[in-house]
Amino acid sequence: MLYAILCYHDEDCVGSWTKEQDAAVMKKLAVVQDKLTQQGRLGPVARLLPTTAATTLRKENPPVVIDGPFAETKEQLLGFYIVDCKNLDEALAVARDLGEANPGGAYEIRPVGVLNPGSIATGSTAI
Amino acid sequence: MSDTAWIDAALTSARPQAVGALLRYFRNLDTAEEAFQNACLRALKSWPQNGPPRDPAAWLIMVGRNVAIDDIRRGRKQEPLPEDDKISDLDDAEEALAERLDGSHYRDDILRLLFICCHPDLPPTQQIALALRIVSGLTVKQIARAFLVSEAAMEQRITRAKARVAGASVPFETPGAVERSERMIAVAAMVYLIFNEGYSASGDTAEIRKPLCEEAIRLARLLLRLFQSEPEIMGLTALLLLQHARAAARFDAAGAFVLLDDQDRSLWNQKLISEGVALIDKAMRHRRSGPYQIQAAMAALHARAARPEDTDWTQIDLLYGALEIMQPSPVVTLNRAVAVSKLRGPEAALEMIEPLAERLSNYFHFFGVRGAFLMQLGRNDEAREAFGRAIALANTSAEAAHIRMHLDRLMRDSQPPETKISKK
Repeated sequence: MLYAILCYHDEDCVGSWTKEQDAAVMKKLAVVQDKLTQQGRLGPVARLLPTTAATTLRKENPPVVIDGPFAETKEQLLGFYIVDCKNLDEALAVARDLGEANPGGAYEIRPVGVLNPGSIATGSTAI
Repeated sequence: MSDTAWIDAALTSARPQAVGALLRYFRNLDTAEEAFQNACLRALKSWPQNGPPRDPAAWLIMVGRNVAIDDIRRGRKQEPLPEDDKISDLDDAEEALAERLDGSHYRDDILRLLFICCHPDLPPTQQIALALRIVSGLTVKQIARAFLVSEAAMEQRITRAKARVAGASVPFETPGAVERSERMIAVAAMVYLIFNEGYSASGDTAEIRKPLCEEAIRLARLLLRLFQSEPEIMGLTALLLLQHARAAARFDAAGAFVLLDDQDRSLWNQKLISEGVALIDKAMRHRRSGPYQIQAAMAALHARAARPEDTDWTQIDLLYGALEIMQPSPVVTLNRAVAVSKLRGPEAALEMIEPLAERLSNYFHFFGVRGAFLMQLGRNDEAREAFGRAIALANTSAEAAHIRMHLDRLMRDSQPPETKISKK
């Protein structure tokens, strides 16, 4: 079963990390990711830009474009992982590993219905 | 990250909202700040044990208010604070109440707090110092360091600014739409000032002054969250992000200024560029242009060029044209001339800036740019004279050093051809 691990955190808090703190967290997360990659269990991973860069399309008729994220919450969706796990327990174990590397905030673990791995080359950015 | 680092980050990010709300309750800046400080002390004791509250700002507002009210009621400020258990067990009901009370006001609270700092009576340096102290919560020591002055001098500057602000009447009622947008514009200008204070640093002080740029970006993001659909705030934030993205490439190892064309573009921060470009993209959709958006769009065009020769000077020239209409100023025309020199050569550019000579007769950059055009035209004697004027008008040692580099190049160029160093 594929699981999406959705990363929620207070983006004010994450945004106030210094470059060094950020790099330190990323380095710790890379260890967890490398392990999953070696086991052939890691799918796409994304880190999203701040919600200030977000735009929402409300699918009304006609659709309405709104500046900002879908929901105003204390904690925001800042990124996600797709991992291959036998069951929820395994997915929770991965989330725990990630959480140890990067404390604070929350992970939502959600089984994936359909995954299209897509065709974008790794390293592509917004520009 | 350790527990305390997390708490520090949470306190810093909650600060504008919490101090803003406390200011609305107490209508006195010192009381509000003190209440916030007391709440922070409580947080440092309580959060490591009880875990972080769901909403740190609401927690700090409630605790800060309770402690301060207790103090006022008993009129015994020197007494030790009440026991922790009397105030720190805020249950969810209280938190929800605080959230309801403050959620609806928080935008105006933060805006008011920022707005107080840009009081028109305060000179820009005092506005910036006050904002960094009150809104950002930097220590006097940190601010003094960024401004390259002694701690005592900065303490005095902030005290003076506070006194002046306290004497002025601050409107506490909820602002109307027009007033709100006026406040927003004033605050945006102040955020831009803070950024420039850091950005205009010379090579030897750039690292020390960098926090000013970072703080300005944090405040711009804060403002953007308050005004999510305001294209000029998107433009301001984008502008700061795109300028700051080049920070690592703007000075060489010796601290000398590196021109845009000569910068190592691999040192540009691509993450900041992506965010800046995304924001300007969003802003353009609104079709309500403004100076920040235009400047951000120009910065984005530079950021998108992988090599200097890939720069879209035609677009940049058009954008300067729009900016000239919006904010007519000889400085804007001077900058536009640089784009024109790339498009139509130094002669056309020189012709464009000649009419500015009188109005910019004391402006360092005018003579620097004029000298560069003359040099490109091979009019070396006139170039040398212009550079000489520029050095006399330089504001920083980095500016003077940069012009001296041009002069050195002129010296080399006037030597016999075999020792000449080719330019490209």
